[in-house]
Amino acid sequence: MAKTDLRRFAGFRVTTWLCLLVLYAPLVIVAVYSFNASTSITRWGGFSLKWYVDVFTGPEAPRFRDAAINSFVIAIAAATCATIIATAAAVAMNRTGRFRGKMASLALINLPLMVPEIVTAVASLIFFITIGFKTGLMTIFVAHLVFCIPFAYLPIAARMQSVPDMYEQAAMDLYATPWEAFRLVLLPLMIPGILSGFLLAFIISLDDFLITNFVKGAGIETLPTAIFGSVKQGIKPNIMAISTLLLGVSVVLVTLSWVIGRAGQSRN
Amino acid sequence: MAGAAPGGGASRSEVYRGSGPRLLLPAWIFIGVFLLLPVILMAVYSFLTKEFRGGVIWEFTFAAYDQFFLNRGLFGDEPPTIEWTYLGIFWRSIWQAGLATFFCLLIGFPTAWYVATRPVSTRSVWLFLITIPYWVNLLIRTVSMKFLLRDTGPLNEFLMWTGVIAEPLSLINTNFAVQVGLFYSYLPFMVLPIYAAVERYDFALSEAAADLYCDSWTTLRLVILPAVKPGIVAGCILVFVPSLGAFLAPDLLGGAKTFMIGSLIEEQFKGAAGNWPFGAAAAMILLTVVMGVLLIHARAQMREDG
Repeated sequence: MAKTDLRRFAGFRVTTWLCLLVLYAPLVIVAVYSFNASTSITRWGGFSLKWYVDVFTGPEAPRFRDAAINSFVIAIAAATCATIIATAAAVAMNRTGRFRGKMASLALINLPLMVPEIVTAVASLIFFITIGFKTGLMTIFVAHLVFCIPFAYLPIAARMQSVPDMYEQAAMDLYATPWEAFRLVLLPLMIPGILSGFLLAFIISLDDFLITNFVKGAGIETLPTAIFGSVKQGIKPNIMAISTLLLGVSVVLVTLSWVIGRAGQSRN
Repeated sequence: MAGAAPGGGASRSEVYRGSGPRLLLPAWIFIGVFLLLPVILMAVYSFLTKEFRGGVIWEFTFAAYDQFFLNRGLFGDEPPTIEWTYLGIFWRSIWQAGLATFFCLLIGFPTAWYVATRPVSTRSVWLFLITIPYWVNLLIRTVSMKFLLRDTGPLNEFLMWTGVIAEPLSLINTNFAVQVGLFYSYLPFMVLPIYAAVERYDFALSEAAADLYCDSWTTLRLVILPAVKPGIVAGCILVFVPSLGAFLAPDLLGGAKTFMIGSLIEEQFKGAAGNWPFGAAAAMILLTVVMGVLLIHARAQMREDG
């Protein structure tokens, strides 16, 4: 009797390819059209890099440049702080035994993932206005830091769970202080997890539109809010060029995070 | 999972015994002060009196909730009846989010299954391909969809070129476009948890079913689906919750007739309407529904874990 493969279902492979098509087609189309020489955004007029030149030297270039600088500065600052806070939290959750408020702390760390983004945006705006915190780069940074913490925490905590604590115990048997055991033993073992946590937090900060749009204050833009502002007046070819650039940055960073994560796994 | 310690799978290690609370202090300060406290403040705001052109007057009132649920006539002196405007917007949000969840499941389950049953060597590449779009800026993905669906966009051009249609379809500014946008935004959220569940699935169960003359689709229905149900439920929640409060898809792909709760809230703070207590009340109602869904899920999960 011929044995049928129990893992196979008719149509599942086609559906998977359909899924990939749906996920990638719009992005690929925008990337292709960003190289369009024609000024009309839908007629194909041959290959050209002129919209990329326009992004860097055109009339909107200063606006995009300022927005890009804001975006990257905030993403680096927020992701760095979030990674440090998340690492400390992961040590607390995985290496300090039981204590009061542990479950509540886990819920708190995950809170930014549970509250709908629009609610976080509104609540942050109300809070900053009420306490008289002037909206601007600082408010964007603080808001980003908060929602970056759980994204940094997930890969860091996952990595820490897979590192046994015997190395640190051995270090402490040899009279290392807890701080030395952490810094000289656990931290080096944690580097892949910490790096992927940082990169994910960085991408999440770079991507955020809704919360930023609420707490940014007048005159300050990040790349997503600048792009949104332009799109409201219609999709222009330079928007497709800058979108493609940002898309490229995300893809490179995610790939980097993935490669680092795999390297970390295979070493175990 | 057998052997997993309580506390979300945290290990029982105690090398740094006693410093737990201290290490968590920064997380408590930042999330507590800049998220928990603002949400509480927002709850307070929903009971305050509105100031024209934004802001509030610190006088207690139920006016915002009254406006959301009750219709008291043009001059506010008629006996109250149910106000359908905002409940209608809320209902549309639930319907659109539910529909997006259904379509994501329809495409996401076979995809997750197919990826999880690939050989180990290629599996992570497949998974990586599914995850990449999730990490691409949501705004850019929504703008791409808007570009694709335009009256003179690539989709219409393609359909006219193949001769399926003679005139371009008006896709943008419809509920359909918003639906496509939501589906596209959150599809990866459906695939990942189902994938994780299928990866843990014990194929001995399928073999047992086949030995007992169960055909493959019956096995899927009676054996596989119940076994991977936790993954399916998690995926549905991950799609439904953000879809419900979505702002970008309805704003960029929809129009006035496709208004969802996210746009309603945004308009109270950013738009001309400028009624902060009402916006805060609508946000509270959204938050209550979302927290309700998450709570029911958490309790059901705890009951299953025993």
